[in-house]
Amino acid sequence: MRLRLVPTKTNIDFFRLQYITFGASVFAVVASLILVATVGLNFGIDFRGGTTIRTESAQPVDVGAYRDALTALDLGDVSISEVFDPAFRDDQHVTMVRLQAQDGMESVTPETILAVEEALRAIDPTITFPAVESVGPKVSAELIWSALLAVAAGSVGILLYVWFRFEWQFAVGTVAALLHDVLVTVGVFALFQLRFDLTIVAALLTILGYSVNDTVVIFDRLRENLQKYKTMPLREMMNLTANETLSRTIMTASTTLIALTVLLIFGGDVIRGFVFAMLFGVVIGTYSTLYVAKNIVLFLGINRDKSKTPKAGSNEFANIDA
Amino acid sequence: MLYTPLWKRALIWGVVLIGILFAMPNLFYGRVELRNDAAAAIERAGGVATPEQEAALAGWPGWLPSGLVNLGLDLRGGAHLLAEVQVADVYAARMDSLWPEVRDALRAIQDQVGNVRRQPSPPDVLRVAVSDPAGLPAALEAVRTLATPVVSLTGIGSDDLDVAVEGNEIVVQLSEAERAATDDRTIQQSLEIIRRRVDEVGTREPTIQRQGEDRILIQVPGIGSAAELKALIGTTAQLTFNPVVGRTTDPQASPGPRNRLLPSLDEEGVYYIVEQTPVVTGEELVDAQPAFDQNSRPAVNFRFNPAGARAFGDYTRDNIGQPFAIVLDDEVISAPVIQAHIPGGSGIITGRFTVEESTQLAVLLRAGALPAEMTFLEERTIGPELGADSIEAGQRAAVIGMIAVVAFMIACYGWFGVMANAALAINMVLLFALMSAIGATLTLPGIAGIVLTMGMAVDANVLIYERIREELRQGMNPRRAIEVGFDRAFSAIMDSNVTALIVAAIMFWIGSGPVRGFAVTLALGIFTSMFTAVYVTRLIIETWMAWRRPKAIVV
Repeated sequence: MRLRLVPTKTNIDFFRLQYITFGASVFAVVASLILVATVGLNFGIDFRGGTTIRTESAQPVDVGAYRDALTALDLGDVSISEVFDPAFRDDQHVTMVRLQAQDGMESVTPETILAVEEALRAIDPTITFPAVESVGPKVSAELIWSALLAVAAGSVGILLYVWFRFEWQFAVGTVAALLHDVLVTVGVFALFQLRFDLTIVAALLTILGYSVNDTVVIFDRLRENLQKYKTMPLREMMNLTANETLSRTIMTASTTLIALTVLLIFGGDVIRGFVFAMLFGVVIGTYSTLYVAKNIVLFLGINRDKSKTPKAGSNEFANIDA
Repeated sequence: MLYTPLWKRALIWGVVLIGILFAMPNLFYGRVELRNDAAAAIERAGGVATPEQEAALAGWPGWLPSGLVNLGLDLRGGAHLLAEVQVADVYAARMDSLWPEVRDALRAIQDQVGNVRRQPSPPDVLRVAVSDPAGLPAALEAVRTLATPVVSLTGIGSDDLDVAVEGNEIVVQLSEAERAATDDRTIQQSLEIIRRRVDEVGTREPTIQRQGEDRILIQVPGIGSAAELKALIGTTAQLTFNPVVGRTTDPQASPGPRNRLLPSLDEEGVYYIVEQTPVVTGEELVDAQPAFDQNSRPAVNFRFNPAGARAFGDYTRDNIGQPFAIVLDDEVISAPVIQAHIPGGSGIITGRFTVEESTQLAVLLRAGALPAEMTFLEERTIGPELGADSIEAGQRAAVIGMIAVVAFMIACYGWFGVMANAALAINMVLLFALMSAIGATLTLPGIAGIVLTMGMAVDANVLIYERIREELRQGMNPRRAIEVGFDRAFSAIMDSNVTALIVAAIMFWIGSGPVRGFAVTLALGIFTSMFTAVYVTRLIIETWMAWRRPKAIVV
């Protein structure tokens, strides 16, 4: 007996609620932009500059005592958060201490680190410092730009490739879906004030890659159907295509989600934010494949009446004889 | 046709077999690492091995591949520094050392220019006022004769100084070409010094790289903290000039009282016996530049301060024909023979140098102390325990993820799921083989990339299987359905992987550190999953079909 996530034959009308679904997407994108603009992102030191110190202790952590000890050092804004992870031992108590970038300094001085370590050791002799990271304001400003550049360059690269392989309408639809995924993911990070650092940008780029993968598979099939059924209305054909590929869309999303969920639970706290971003991105990427990309192509319309035959579709690579 | 020619089958299985061979060392990580360290240590020691090293060497057969996936700093623990070299510091030093020369040159024509006075100016500009403006053209001429051609690959044909007249002042600064050449030398010199400092502590595979115009990235696995690394880099190198007593190839030779036996830097197995007391030390060296001798052969110019010049002059006068050794950190860089009395405190080292070698030697000679201040823009310390925790968490997640994906595929596709899983396992093997072969670095996000690859690698198989299912529903016979399924799915597989590859390439291009590691893992994962899905799975299914000849198949 096979496990079937999707029935053999489906006939879902993905456009039935198009105003609601598309409206929800537009709303989510706008809300994300507003959230980022007003509340802002909880930037990690990669983008804001400053220092994080990871502490580990055998004793339960008293965040208040830590804060009192560090406030006395007059280092400006200090944030202390306790970290929890199912993989930690019972006597493993971890916190992240974050110091703001110090005036007139690039990375933190050894004296400052030493002062912080001594202040904390005074209240908890068993404390150790497994990681200290410090980024100066100069580098963090550059990193913001390179992160934006990366997402932009990724989108343009995909736009060009899809344009080259399909039609420009497909390229616009694909990139609109991608930006939707990335912006909403960023919006979620702003909403829950999750820490946003360089690895999250890597996750966003991976979402780009995943989402485009998903969208392109449907477009590939659509191109094939465009040749097969010359007279079927576009809207109907899109539904047919989405239904034909639905099983694959759900299967791939499921395996990827299974792998990512395992990573989220067992992968440790260091990459949890990174994995969360990817997990959320895969979900939203699957949604946008079905509900955003196609709508835009439908809205733009496709010129089906070309004298030259459409690009060769499935035959283009069919002559491999492996 | 659902048939693969024999040569192609052999090629595919050959690739898989080579993959297994190259991935295997990673299963015995500790043992192979000990072996590689021992091999490197023995080579450094010139073929002499200790019993422990012999044992470590025997721990892994020499004929098997021994490349390992490098572990990134976040997994191994260590320190990471990004330093910016204040290259402009050097301009100021050059101007300060130029001032006495300018003064002397102008004093020689005092009857034309009158009195000479240095005026206040930015540190990288030298302003000299002369009391008799009528003499300005002569002064300009005199100062211009101090300029020398720029020695660099790109700056050929231009002089190192820009000399101009403003009012009654002569304004001297380094020319554009010379600034570029100086910046380059400053960075090279800093890199060289840092490398020597870091190598001294003998940690495994430090990364010391130039980044962009004026930055240096230093990553040292296994060091306690970034502060420790900074302290290490800050230590100055010890440069001395010693009289040579003798030359030998016997490392056990007895040097005699008040002498020392020092190895040669670039001649394997050669040792010099030098006097313990140096004639001059590097603290008295003010400059060393690559140059050419009168026969246009590459050479190195150097210059001492007055005290060093006197000591060096006296020594060379009394020892013409004798060799003297240039010693850096207890290694003899070179031992040229004194050709003539060198009175002015500056001299030239000739030898059978190439341009690169003379440049390198100049770098080493100046490598006493860092040529310019460094500002640290970024520093990270990761403790080894945290790295070990991360590896453990990553491994656990990878194993559990693999089991979950395998179980899911079998639940959905039955026997075909098993075949896809076999291809997935081969995919993982090939991924590790490729990473080991090119010496890629595995970071924590890289492990996440591998787990993600597992999820996405089955995508190609899912595409193919779903297509086969459809064709079967259309009533095609099994052989034909499989064939058509593979062919029709290929275009989608290709498009989706190329777009993912574009993203990985951009991540590699723009990202740094862990993000780069992730991009490499992702890109290699795309290549291996394409290969396994399109070739290996197909071959496995074909072999099964040929063996079982099923009348009907259920995918």
